[in-house]
Amino acid sequence: MLTFIIRRLLAGAVLVVVITTVAFFLLYAGSGNVARKILGNSATQAGVAEKNHQLGLDRPILVQFGDWLTNALHGSFGDSWFTGQPVNDAIASRLGVTLTLVIGATVITAVFAVVLGVWAATRRGWVDRIVQFLSVLGFGIPGFLIALALVLVLAINLKLFAPTGYTSFSDSPSEWIKTVTLPVIALAIGGVAGVTQQVRGSVIDALRQDYVRTLRSRGLSTTSVVFKHVLRNAGAPALAVLAVQFVGLLGGAVIVEQVFAIPGVGQVAVTATSQGDIPLVMGLVLATAVIVVIVNLVIDLAQGAINPKVRLS
Amino acid sequence: MIELPTVLADEAPKATGTSLFRRLTKNPVGLGSLIWLALLVLTAIFANVIAPMDPNAADINAVLAKPGGAHPLGADSAGQDVLSRLFFASRYSLLGAMLALAVAAVFGIIGGLIAGYYGKWFNAVSSWLTGLLMALPGIVVLLAARSVLGPSLWGSMAIFGVLLSPAFFRLVFAAVSAVRNELYVDAARVSGLSDARIIGRHILTVVRAPVIIQAAMITGIAIAIQAGLDFLGLGDTSIPTWGSMLSDGFQQIYSNPLLMIWPSLAIALTCVALTLLANAMRDELERSGGRKRRRRGAVELSPAEAEPIIVHDEIPDTEGRFGEELLRVDRLAVGYDQPDGSVKRVVHDVSLVVKRGEVHGLIGESGSGKTQTAWSVLRLLPEGGRVVGGAISFEGVDLADASERKLLGIRGKKIAYIPQEPMSNLDPSFTIGYQLVEPIRNSLGLSKDEAKAKAIGLLTRVGIPNPERTFTAYPHEVSGGMAQRVLIAGAISCDPDLLIADEPTTALDVTVQAEVLDLLRDLQRELQMGVILVTHNFGVVADLCDRVSVMRNGRIVETGPVRSLFANPQHEYTRALFDAILEEGPPRGELKEPDLVPIMTESVFLPSNINKGVVL
Repeated sequence: MLTFIIRRLLAGAVLVVVITTVAFFLLYAGSGNVARKILGNSATQAGVAEKNHQLGLDRPILVQFGDWLTNALHGSFGDSWFTGQPVNDAIASRLGVTLTLVIGATVITAVFAVVLGVWAATRRGWVDRIVQFLSVLGFGIPGFLIALALVLVLAINLKLFAPTGYTSFSDSPSEWIKTVTLPVIALAIGGVAGVTQQVRGSVIDALRQDYVRTLRSRGLSTTSVVFKHVLRNAGAPALAVLAVQFVGLLGGAVIVEQVFAIPGVGQVAVTATSQGDIPLVMGLVLATAVIVVIVNLVIDLAQGAINPKVRLS
Repeated sequence: MIELPTVLADEAPKATGTSLFRRLTKNPVGLGSLIWLALLVLTAIFANVIAPMDPNAADINAVLAKPGGAHPLGADSAGQDVLSRLFFASRYSLLGAMLALAVAAVFGIIGGLIAGYYGKWFNAVSSWLTGLLMALPGIVVLLAARSVLGPSLWGSMAIFGVLLSPAFFRLVFAAVSAVRNELYVDAARVSGLSDARIIGRHILTVVRAPVIIQAAMITGIAIAIQAGLDFLGLGDTSIPTWGSMLSDGFQQIYSNPLLMIWPSLAIALTCVALTLLANAMRDELERSGGRKRRRRGAVELSPAEAEPIIVHDEIPDTEGRFGEELLRVDRLAVGYDQPDGSVKRVVHDVSLVVKRGEVHGLIGESGSGKTQTAWSVLRLLPEGGRVVGGAISFEGVDLADASERKLLGIRGKKIAYIPQEPMSNLDPSFTIGYQLVEPIRNSLGLSKDEAKAKAIGLLTRVGIPNPERTFTAYPHEVSGGMAQRVLIAGAISCDPDLLIADEPTTALDVTVQAEVLDLLRDLQRELQMGVILVTHNFGVVADLCDRVSVMRNGRIVETGPVRSLFANPQHEYTRALFDAILEEGPPRGELKEPDLVPIMTESVFLPSNINKGVVL
């Protein structure tokens, strides 16, 4: 078990290193004349050179990378070129909000997908057809369109929720609910659609297994067989999809945050991207990669917990 | 990164593009999607002809103009004509998605073909790259690229194409790996075809249909992500796209929400049309695949084949070995619902009686309906199957009509079941102990410890050498013979009156078969159970059964006490079964006493053996 975790962590670390290395060289090599951009067109040539020197951009790229790496290993990812704020602070202060949305959407996805998927798979008939149809729609329509529709109808026209902004839970739980509900729903709908399909398919497959008949032949009710045995066996493929979904939600959050004007990492990302604030972009890439590695590890451990064959190594 | 529904290559038959297209036009959803997409493509191509104005011509007097007059759909915040922009946006949005699709297809398909066909290191490298590409959300990569490249529709779509290529790669790789070792590919290679020809001719045909489906999904995703990027304001403002129109409309969400509606509708309808199209294609492919599968089912029968059942004389039960009547099956018919609404019968007019202490063998070849009969008694027929006629009376209760609640009180407690294939009948995710304890507690209401003690006692009783260890083991940790003993232990755990054993030894090694049969015989005598023993092996019948019914094509053709039937098999099919055994087994002496019947466990009766000797 411990060796399994260590091995996965090592593999994850390799992945993160590769991603950041590739990202560093592509981003820094392509960053162009940043000093000019920061200082504006009126800046003198000398001023630009001075700024470049100040940012350390006049050094060879390998030296810059070594420098970045050394700092990164000490937990510092540099300062924003445009605001001078440390990248760590810029991201850390926003990450909580984004993770709240993404984790909330993941939980909702898991709960609804299991309920709808099992319902469709065990009832079949019209229930199945409706669930299937809705999940195709939910899968097809881009999440930010759903977000826009929710804002327009529920927030602006019906005034049930706050159209924009974010109140932290510690400030006011009721306001917090009002601000996060719509973004979380908007994020979750696509996920629910995708994972429901997966759960439905796995449950149908699991229901056809011989051991289901045998367990029922021992006097267990279909309900108890479905909830103990079928769901556990259908869980592995569903978890795999949920992991993919989580990564997708991290991306989706960028756009949804923009729709609801939520001060999360997505806003930092959009600003940094349009300015070409490379240290910040690097920090975001790295943070995302680390989160993805952690999520995959957690999902792997969960897989091991429900599937004894995986537990071996 | 991007979640894509899996399209399995092996699900898809080798449908040609044209026949798939023709079938799609008959599917209302598919046709609707195709029409929308066709209109869209026409709009994109002829945008400069049908658009009333230059999409970028800003008219300061028309800023946020309401629909009507010169601007049928109004004008945006820069005074540009919304309808014209919408038409041109179709062109650029579609072109962008096509670029992403083309890049993804080129990288994914070629990579998948090479990796699947040549395997080895190329496979390892590509799989690793795929993992790398999947590790970041697509939008994060696109944002990073944008920070360096600046706003470029084509640049971001090309990069997104690379990110999407694993979708094609995995599909093609899986299909090609599966096909690579097929005989027809070997044959093509032997006959001197070049690798390129083989890939083109034999392998691409296999993956064509799933690749088309995947392409529809990918186009939708590309349109969505591109609209998302433009919506964030990170796109090229000089090019009208649905996303940039949406972004402009979003700024006016309070004053002029209509501006947002048009691009939203265009994006949503297109993405949904592509998803529905992909689903419709998959449904059409699965439907044709499904028809083939069903054809392999049980033999279709014309009613004319019904013939009188040969019934042998009863042998009086002078020793009083059998008790009261447990089960009476009367003219049972089992049918399966077909997609066209009809019901296909697989069991016709089966009648049989089992007394306490009596072992009733059901013998016949695969598809003869013996297992279906056994499952009907438990009312555990597979999906779509049900009892469509007759009665099943067990200890005075009609099982054919019994409610599920009533059946729950009978299954396990009164009627138990031993399946054919031991491994697939144990849940791989739970320990053997758990799978024994759960039904025992459920049926007998014992405490956890009592149930555990009982389960270990049962494991000991069925001859498992180390019951405590087996109790905590998972099914994959024990052998097939042990697993079958576990299943027997589970079946007898609640002291049933009737045991239904469905070919309990077929999946086991010959040596283990004899042991399991011995165990079954001992348990049957010890517990005085009535038994329905499904088998295709006359040796097993001779060994265990008191009575036997020969089944063929869903009907009983001959039935009677084992001694009478063995002494004088009358139906040609029964005789064919015996002849088939005689071909391979030792010669049989005349039958007088049941003990003299040779045990022919070695001469496993298989349908292929019958066909050797007798034309059926």
